[in-house]
Amino acid sequence: MTMESDNLITQEFNLNMGPYHPSTHGVFRAVLTLDGEVIVRQKNVLGYLHRGMEKIAESKTYNQFIPYTARLDYLASALNNMGYVQTVEKLAAIEVPERAEHLRVIVAELQRIASHLLMVGSTANDMGAMTAIVYYMTLREKVLDLLEMITGARLTNNYMRIGGVIDDLPDEFYDKFKELRKFLPERLDMVNTLIVGNEIFASRLKGIGVITAEMALDYGVTGPNLRAAGVDFDLRKKDPCSVYDRFDFEVPVLKNGDAFDRFLIRGLEMRQSLRIVEQAVEALPEGPIMAKVPRQLKPPAGEVFHKIEGARGVLAFHLVSDGGPKPYRLHIHGPSFVNIEIMPAISPGLMLQDFLAAFATIDVDMGEVDR
Amino acid sequence: MNDIKELFETLNPAFNGALRLSDDGQSVYAPPESIPEVLALLKDQHEYVMLADLSAVEYEDRFEVVYHVMKLTDAGVIRIKAALPRENPSLPSVTSVWKAADVQEREAFDLMGINFRGHPDLRRILCPDGFTGHPLRKSFSIKPVNRF
Amino acid sequence: MEMKNAAAKFDLHAEAAQNGIMIAKFEKLFDFCRSRSLQPFMFGPACCAMEMMQAFMARYDAARYGFDTFRSTPRQTDVMLVAGTITDKMAPIAKRLYDQIPDPKWVIAIGSCAITGGPFADSYCVIKGADKLFPVDVYVPGCPPRPEAIIKGMLELRDMIANPELKKVKKHE
Repeated sequence: MTMESDNLITQEFNLNMGPYHPSTHGVFRAVLTLDGEVIVRQKNVLGYLHRGMEKIAESKTYNQFIPYTARLDYLASALNNMGYVQTVEKLAAIEVPERAEHLRVIVAELQRIASHLLMVGSTANDMGAMTAIVYYMTLREKVLDLLEMITGARLTNNYMRIGGVIDDLPDEFYDKFKELRKFLPERLDMVNTLIVGNEIFASRLKGIGVITAEMALDYGVTGPNLRAAGVDFDLRKKDPCSVYDRFDFEVPVLKNGDAFDRFLIRGLEMRQSLRIVEQAVEALPEGPIMAKVPRQLKPPAGEVFHKIEGARGVLAFHLVSDGGPKPYRLHIHGPSFVNIEIMPAISPGLMLQDFLAAFATIDVDMGEVDR
Repeated sequence: MNDIKELFETLNPAFNGALRLSDDGQSVYAPPESIPEVLALLKDQHEYVMLADLSAVEYEDRFEVVYHVMKLTDAGVIRIKAALPRENPSLPSVTSVWKAADVQEREAFDLMGINFRGHPDLRRILCPDGFTGHPLRKSFSIKPVNRF
Repeated sequence: MEMKNAAAKFDLHAEAAQNGIMIAKFEKLFDFCRSRSLQPFMFGPACCAMEMMQAFMARYDAARYGFDTFRSTPRQTDVMLVAGTITDKMAPIAKRLYDQIPDPKWVIAIGSCAITGGPFADSYCVIKGADKLFPVDVYVPGCPPRPEAIIKGMLELRDMIANPELKKVKKHE
């Protein structure tokens, strides 16, 4: 490549990887400046899914906003619900019963498994391994069956309320969960032998889009991307909300920070999440599932900041209340909004196909970028 | 908010007493012009290495820009605020301290109209390009749709 | 006299069908073939796109109804499946994608955001329904609708194309 370009006059050109993506990553526009096939510069253009959630929050009561939080990061709705209701509970000093906390953890970790399955499936699809996505999606269907059994909805579930949850576990849950306990590790192992050990797949992802620990802290990258870069930071261990501190699980941390590590770490996290759900189901205490909360909740005036470990990073809510039934100001810090800005920093030098690999493994969800 | 009073006592001499603890004792008000130094000091010397959140709030008599910085060791969070007047709210940008502030400041400019001086590229990020007005201000009202 | 009676009792279609010949109009044949092999164009900005994707995966396989080859370029497709909220910024792009689909084309609006703006209809930058931009043939309600509901919407469209009289509103019995 270099030996011929001494005599050729080349010109950089702009390529628009437009808001309509033929994959599941959502409406994201990347303006690339290419020199041949190598990227020289890249810019993000966001806002194609900006629905004005923070403004809508000011016109709905605290309970009425819970379905909107499910549409924030629509692949991990239960985790958004949990973050929001815990924020309001922190402000209003409401104590949640034990059984409700366990149920919340069960639903949240199942949702995390479903979200990670979609990420590995769509990454494999982008790399061309179209068989793998079908296997991952059938596994995801089984997890969604469990979620639907408990919460009533497959995708955007509104299971949590301020003060607890709405419904208890049905009787059929335990048997179906036993099946999933056996099925998930088996299927993950099977698909791993299909793609992770595959020479072509590995060479498409290894060494691509390296995020170092310093870069990650500077750009505010959190979540599995930060842990793949070598920084051991998981809010479930450092600052556990709910009852996470009662369960025994590990936080996988990998060293290289490239796309392959980001892909692998989600597989490892899924197995740990399954461990948490097993322990939570076994240790489920008796008791009520909802605290006594007034019909129209009016938290005291003040502000509160609460963060949880979402599926993609640190999901934080900053809530300012003036004592009324509706929030005065709700600011949602979506992790993907900050994660996506690392793309202009790691893209220069990559080829066009590697850009897709790097972007797919960052795992952004446009509902939380644009809100 | 852990140890915010102790941190306030430690930091205040460095800024000649210009810092102020808020009424509820949970946040520290810093003068807008010295926000980058306060945050840089927290990042370099007190181990608050991550910018957890940057948001803007509008009150009746002022705007406030709220910064939350986080430690890695125990995920402790400190809240620093800057109070701005209602006409032409503007303060220096903190992109020199963390690049993570880049998009978040653009969002605060787009939705709330706060000007960050020294930002490399301050323009609208979420609203469409020809949009006029700042949607999150209280003066911008949305009309509910008549559904029935 | 006998030949006239014999001619009156002669039914062309029945006679031909007994000998293995089918008689139809060209339009009906084209409508039938078109309806059985529609190529969908998946346009999914938001959450409903996830359920649309699951409708094409192994459990709720939509490919068995002929919706097999979904393309990412509008120029090789027939049906546009709009699944998700269309915002002001995205509206010109959605309209341009619709214009790029060659005739005859149909649109299925999936999810309440694509039908009327959904839960975000109060917002300042959301288009209140895909039918403000282009004509829609089938509406699939839900938030998000189950994959079975999406497939039912596609089957409705298939019936509408095969029998154009069905487009009239059916009376409730």
